[in-house]
Amino acid sequence: MVQNKILIMTTYTRYAGLEPFIIRPETNFVNIGERTNVTGSKKFARLIRENKYEEALSVARQQVENGAQIIDVNMDDALLDGVQAMTIFMNLVQSEPDIARVPIMLDSSKFEIIEAGLKCVQGKCIVNSISMKEGEAKFIQQAKICKMYGASVVVMAFDEVGQADTKQRKVEICHRAYKILTEQVGYAPQDIIFDPNIFAVATGLEEHNNYAVDFIEATKEIKQLMPLVKVSGGVSNLSFSFRGNDHVREAMHSVFLYYAIQAGMDMGIVNAGQLVVYDTIEPQLKELCENVILNKTNDDNSATEKLIQFAATVKGKEKEDAVDAAWRSEPVDKRLAHALVNGITDFIEADTEEARQKYPKPLDVIEGPLMDGMNIVGDLFGSGKMFLPQVVKSARVMKKSVAVLTPFIELEKEERAKAHLAAGTTNEESAGAGRILLATVKGDVHDIGKNIVGVVLGCNGYEIKDIGVMVPTDKILDEAEKFGADIIGLSGLITPSLDEMVHIAHEMKRRGMKQPLLIGGATTSRMHTAVKIQPQYDNGVVHVLDASRSVTVAGQLLNAETKPVFLNEITAEYKKLQEQFATKKVAKDFLPFAEAQKNNFVIQQEQVCNAPSFTGKKIFESESITTLRKYIDWKPFFIAWEMHGQFPAILTDNVIGEAATKLFIDANNLLDKIIAENWLTARGVIGFWEAKKSAPDTIELHTENIKLEFLRQQSKKAEGQSNTSLADFISAEKQDYIGAFSVTIQGAEKYIAQFNADHDDYNKIILQALCDRLVEAYAEYLHEEVRKNYWGFAPAEQLSNEELIAEKYQGIRPAPGYPACPDHTEKYKLFDLLGGESTTQIQLTESLAMNPAPSVCGWYFSHPQSKYFGIGKIDEDQLRDYTTRKEMASDALRKWLRPVME
Amino acid sequence: MSLFTDLQNRILVIDGAMGTMIQRHKLQETDYRGEQFKDWHLDIKGNNDILCITQPRIIIGIHKEYLEAGADILETNTFSAQRISMADYQMESYSYDINVAAAKCARIAVQEFMQEHPNSTPKYVAGAIGPMNKTLSLSPDVNNPGFRGMTFDEAMEAYYEQVKGLVDGGVDIILIETIFDTLNAKAAIFATKKYFADQGIAELPIMISGTITDASGRTLSGQTLEAFYTSIVHANPISVGLNCALGAQEMRPHIEELSTLADCAVSAYPNAGLPNAMGEYDEHPQHTGGFIEDWAKEGWVNIVGGCCGTTPPHIKAIAEKVKGLQPRVFEPRSL
Repeated sequence: MVQNKILIMTTYTRYAGLEPFIIRPETNFVNIGERTNVTGSKKFARLIRENKYEEALSVARQQVENGAQIIDVNMDDALLDGVQAMTIFMNLVQSEPDIARVPIMLDSSKFEIIEAGLKCVQGKCIVNSISMKEGEAKFIQQAKICKMYGASVVVMAFDEVGQADTKQRKVEICHRAYKILTEQVGYAPQDIIFDPNIFAVATGLEEHNNYAVDFIEATKEIKQLMPLVKVSGGVSNLSFSFRGNDHVREAMHSVFLYYAIQAGMDMGIVNAGQLVVYDTIEPQLKELCENVILNKTNDDNSATEKLIQFAATVKGKEKEDAVDAAWRSEPVDKRLAHALVNGITDFIEADTEEARQKYPKPLDVIEGPLMDGMNIVGDLFGSGKMFLPQVVKSARVMKKSVAVLTPFIELEKEERAKAHLAAGTTNEESAGAGRILLATVKGDVHDIGKNIVGVVLGCNGYEIKDIGVMVPTDKILDEAEKFGADIIGLSGLITPSLDEMVHIAHEMKRRGMKQPLLIGGATTSRMHTAVKIQPQYDNGVVHVLDASRSVTVAGQLLNAETKPVFLNEITAEYKKLQEQFATKKVAKDFLPFAEAQKNNFVIQQEQVCNAPSFTGKKIFESESITTLRKYIDWKPFFIAWEMHGQFPAILTDNVIGEAATKLFIDANNLLDKIIAENWLTARGVIGFWEAKKSAPDTIELHTENIKLEFLRQQSKKAEGQSNTSLADFISAEKQDYIGAFSVTIQGAEKYIAQFNADHDDYNKIILQALCDRLVEAYAEYLHEEVRKNYWGFAPAEQLSNEELIAEKYQGIRPAPGYPACPDHTEKYKLFDLLGGESTTQIQLTESLAMNPAPSVCGWYFSHPQSKYFGIGKIDEDQLRDYTTRKEMASDALRKWLRPVME
Repeated sequence: MSLFTDLQNRILVIDGAMGTMIQRHKLQETDYRGEQFKDWHLDIKGNNDILCITQPRIIIGIHKEYLEAGADILETNTFSAQRISMADYQMESYSYDINVAAAKCARIAVQEFMQEHPNSTPKYVAGAIGPMNKTLSLSPDVNNPGFRGMTFDEAMEAYYEQVKGLVDGGVDIILIETIFDTLNAKAAIFATKKYFADQGIAELPIMISGTITDASGRTLSGQTLEAFYTSIVHANPISVGLNCALGAQEMRPHIEELSTLADCAVSAYPNAGLPNAMGEYDEHPQHTGGFIEDWAKEGWVNIVGGCCGTTPPHIKAIAEKVKGLQPRVFEPRSL
């Protein structure tokens, strides 16, 4: 048939859970977890019998955590309804992403239990097993069913006569099954796994002594004869006669696998947590095991006897768990490395002092063990084995250690300088690592991301100078020259900062500066950097997505060999983006502004809300942080730490879950402290005023004699869709109202300074990120109060925090400068209405950022049809109209609106 | 069957959204009911699939608009036409009939089009099998993660009946699409294989199209693209692809990845961008066409078209942009 022509399977064996698992030629031995097997694990069997499925799941999870790449599930127990148990357990496993990510091996001697499992698993499973025990017909029938579910099959070396025990029988049966599966059923060879039976050795019966050898040699021949198939086996059978003596059993398994894998065994059912490394088995035991398994020097069972004698001497010997504090007895260099990698500050001062006395110079401690430790941290971070919060903790350890050494280094410097002076020579300090200057641009106050970048780069050995927030261009460039910066990094969060960055690049060119410029922060983008900033400056402009990327970028730029190549690549990439931008620009379809205004969003007049409980403003001097805590949206908190994922699922994520949980606990501990010691003050103000849509894009607050001006979507819409402006959400006909708010969290500066003094970037960044979260939580909480009480249009609202975060409430609270009303300058009116800076003590910077950074403001719209939306881009005719309405200079307004202009 | 040959010679175009086009007819309850169901005891407005029986000319008309726009493959109007989804309207017992009628609507559209355009390239009818309103891998009850709203066998039997209807109605292809949950798709694959085996007839080509739901790059049931591909490739499909949930811009990296994985043809029919603030699709046809042209130039695709929000102008733009561009090569690799 036609499509058989395209039956093109690659020759790799592939399985899948939520993630794929591919056995490539270079893949090592595959561990199949064996503990979720009622016949092999008493604990698991008990849990299933007692219906404790939750705990049974934890057995599966442990297997995966211990490195099982596939898990074997077996429910063959006389006391169990196997079909039901398999169904329940498999359905539960599918709801646990940290388990379900690996493929499942469905293990049963009853085909109906296997099929029950196949009906629950979306991934590509392995059926364990089918065989020709009951004849060819049944074998073919079962294989066909497995194929319809897309499963691979384990075929046991078992035929009508019985289980194969000799090498010859094993090979013969497997080859016969192979021909049937590939020629009659249509199985691809790589979807077939043979289990040539691992039987117990050292049972005392001489005829059993060669079983391991038979398996190993049969495996070799099967793989030669049928190269694409896989070979598997249940390893624990091998050592059955040493039950209760795990020490010997584990050694036997290791030795067996060592030889079986060389012969071509691809996978095995093993206890993934209990495999000892072949090289670490004590030599005497290893030799005894080899003799038994390879059936050497085993006349009259002599090898077996010797192993049994040895086993008696180790029986009952428990493996000692490594005590947590074991690292404390290591040499000081190792202790420092351990403290750095694990972020432990408890002993760092004493350890540093000990190292200082050991090394000839205090600087040697930094350049030796500390840098070695940080290199490990850098490598682990670079390879995705450590995450940002852990790295920042490591940096804290580093800084504390350096703080111990600094006075001694200074002292030494002075003495050296004196000596130089006395001898009349010059003082040559080492050139050192690259120097990077960081700043948040003028008008912007946000610096969490920049702080993180500083810490991470610092961890990688660069000398960092962070000159803070709201830094004017000249100061940044002067400082850079003074510091001898090799790289300048700029950060910004609000849109006007983009222009500021363009300006800085322009100035750098004018000054003839040479160092590359890095661009980062929430509002920046690769496109903007390529189109607007890069053309201003010729010596390298690079957009850096996050702190992790900053390390590689800095590394490339500070290496004389890689720098030109890297910059060439970036330039080429940005050139492509510029071209893309230019072509896209032409394609944009605008409506004439007058038409867009006619295609406005029409609200239902009968749904216009009633009057609020008051008009004018109301000030809240101090809201309880305990109340706000309940309204925190944690997801952005983790994003600030470059940990992406849904909350709370992130806490149990199989990659970052552990690190996320630690961070979450630390954040909550700090939050407890903030509340207990009254660190922060939450201030807010709200107001409501009579409002009317007095013109298509204007809302008039006649009692205040203020007109609010809004922008309108202007791109061509599909039929039946409106060109919306926020003004559309206020009635032109009926009595209507608009509200506004601003909230802020104050008091963090003092504690940030303390953390700085204590070299504790970790807690500093947690505190800053928490303040950001608390102010958003305050906005959320206050909005709820407005809906339920102060305005009261939704008195009966009952929404969970998740529903609040998902904006399930009636009405919206858009902020000037954000997508629905991108003009920052309307913020002046909002502040005026709310009583100016005095009510909350929030100040507006020249870029209209709010200072302090944890501050939020916005308008309240109450109409049930009001929705969040983005203005998108606008055309020149709208800008002209807007300029007239705003009575502002066209150039100035164009600058503010640049993000929405082409 | 020249579909396979066709696929190797050119990029084929699959049609655009059916629901969006039906919406434009602003049909009322009485229109949905037609003659046959004028006394039905439940409201059936919104049951788009029933229109194959009650308003066949409207459905045929939409199919023809897509053919005129340049579609090579029509999808039958059967996204929800199996008894699990039909239970919403208590119309389970009409599932088979809807599929037969839907296949006929598409066949008639092709027939009429071929009469009007005797020199046209071949046109194909793909029997569309949707994801169902219940899922086999997820529990509808957050407090009881082991619970399932239906069993595999129930899903498989419902799909079996749908396949039977589609084949009896005369489709050329079985298209299992908008796969949110791979296990549902596996039930559909199982049903398809079982149907052809039971009938003892040659299998029709199977197209498979999954759905990556968001930026996580995974299906709703949590699989990565490669895991999804691995889990359905036993269907031995003529094509594997992605549709729905994402606009072309967001779908791009996933199509690129799929083109490196798939041993068969690759299909892609994205939505007309992402929904705007009002929940509507407003991507301009030229933009959609431009994105897809880019994929074709990269050599990633064999079948392209549109999903939610796309209209005949979108399909026209896509067809014009990919015309003459080389299809992705999927020569059999040696074993």
